[in-house]
Amino acid sequence: MNIKLKSLTKSIWVFHAACSPCNNCDIEILDLLTPRHDLERLGMVLVGSVRHADALLVTGVPNYKTRERLKMLYAQAPKPCLVLAIGSCACGRIMFKDSYNSPCPVDEVVPVDVYIPGCPPKPEAIIAGVAKLIAKIEKAA
Amino acid sequence: MSHKVIIPIGPYHPLQEEPEYFRLYVEGEKVVDIDIVIGYMHRGIEELSEHKHFDQVPFLVERICGICSTSHPLAYVNAMEDLAGIEVPERALYIRTIIAELERIHSHLLWLGLAGHFIGYNTVWMWAWKYREPVLDIFEMITGNRNHYAMMKVGGVRRDIIDDDIPELKKTLDELIPAVNMFKGAVMDDPVIQARLKGIGILNRQQAIDWCVVGPTARASGVNIDIRRDDPYAAYDKVSWNVIVEKEGDIFAKTKVRILELYECIGIIRQCLNKMPKGAFDADIKEIPPGEGIGRVEAPRGECFHYVKSDGTNRPIRHKIRAPSYVNVASNKVACVGGTISDAAITLAAVDPCYCCTERVAVLKKVDNKKILNGWDLIKLSQEKTAQLKEGLRDGKSG
Repeated sequence: MNIKLKSLTKSIWVFHAACSPCNNCDIEILDLLTPRHDLERLGMVLVGSVRHADALLVTGVPNYKTRERLKMLYAQAPKPCLVLAIGSCACGRIMFKDSYNSPCPVDEVVPVDVYIPGCPPKPEAIIAGVAKLIAKIEKAA
Repeated sequence: MSHKVIIPIGPYHPLQEEPEYFRLYVEGEKVVDIDIVIGYMHRGIEELSEHKHFDQVPFLVERICGICSTSHPLAYVNAMEDLAGIEVPERALYIRTIIAELERIHSHLLWLGLAGHFIGYNTVWMWAWKYREPVLDIFEMITGNRNHYAMMKVGGVRRDIIDDDIPELKKTLDELIPAVNMFKGAVMDDPVIQARLKGIGILNRQQAIDWCVVGPTARASGVNIDIRRDDPYAAYDKVSWNVIVEKEGDIFAKTKVRILELYECIGIIRQCLNKMPKGAFDADIKEIPPGEGIGRVEAPRGECFHYVKSDGTNRPIRHKIRAPSYVNVASNKVACVGGTISDAAITLAAVDPCYCCTERVAVLKKVDNKKILNGWDLIKLSQEKTAQLKEGLRDGKSG
């Protein structure tokens, strides 16, 4: 049993990395923390520094400027670090794939564990995505 | 001798959701200068828009910003209707007004919550976002999505508000009034919040005019501007409401303007629901003639401006967007300087900055024989100079 992975199934601390999104996915992530959904009851806490985080929530289509920052953020995160691509932009770049400032999708910059599509995904969908991720880790651990 | 220290904030920092980079120059605790570096959110929307059909552009401009996701499409359809001279059915105008005002309610509640979070009142954050949820439910009911409503369409709206939904909408608005009353009492009468926000981040009337700020930021500094009144669009000339103006220009005044605007929004929606006529909600458009048009909308953050140029084909050949945060964010240069570092967080957030709206790009046109160097060219020049020096040194030694 992999103790590092096992420990991730209990209480995931997340860091939110916005890579040129439209803000909506970010607001839905914050919405998760507020009374209606209250993610802290499931042990998830939004942390201020990536060095404390177990998971990276990536939103948006990386542009030339944020692509480098995202690489740096992932390098700084303690491993194993889970990556969740939140929103259709992060999953497949949707309408921004023809943009001159969108070099590559998120999964070519960092390895993505879970894709949560939607524009923006509903908070319930994000919770479901995280639950599936935990089930996936439990299987692997 | 004073000692200047630079405090870098960002681009990824817990202060704000979006990546942006602030460079605070401080002497002791006092902020003496500030640099704001943006560009982390640029996606080339204006250029993408020139490759989309006129009817697809509203979906694209909606995704400029998730919070103003009605203001941008509304400004765009206003510009298109100005360009083509389209008569919009009256029912569509009322529906547009209702959606725009509901958006203002959710945006102001969102800001109120974040502002509470920044000054350490997490309870204000939690409560404000709790009362924001019913507004999002209303959106889901009448438009089908919590955010990105996709309601605006050139010549009308995409969906009608059916009569069965109206009692629920009215009920939610009635329930919102006690919540807003509670916030008004809790925020405005709290001595700690008053001590924390009064006299902080002041932008006086003259500075507000000099820095061209718009929206609640300008109205809190005593500048009486509001596009809804000054250049009415949708159904704003058919309903009565007040423009809230405060004189102080500090963060408390900005909070007050936004809280009091919530009452006006609720009033406008109620009047619209009562006055809304029956009938068509979409005009029949044959083709878009060549020409140019402008559309202005009072977004929750201020004036949002769209310019569209058409050459008679089915795509815009130029689409210019100017979002309110573009000017409001720059005013931080005045508001932040002179304050302390601990006040910088709330001062930077007080204009309700939205960096994804802001990020446009200017392309320089090459004029005749002038050469424009980019970063790679400069590095190449530098490397060439080093190579030349090396060459020179080697020659000197051998010679």
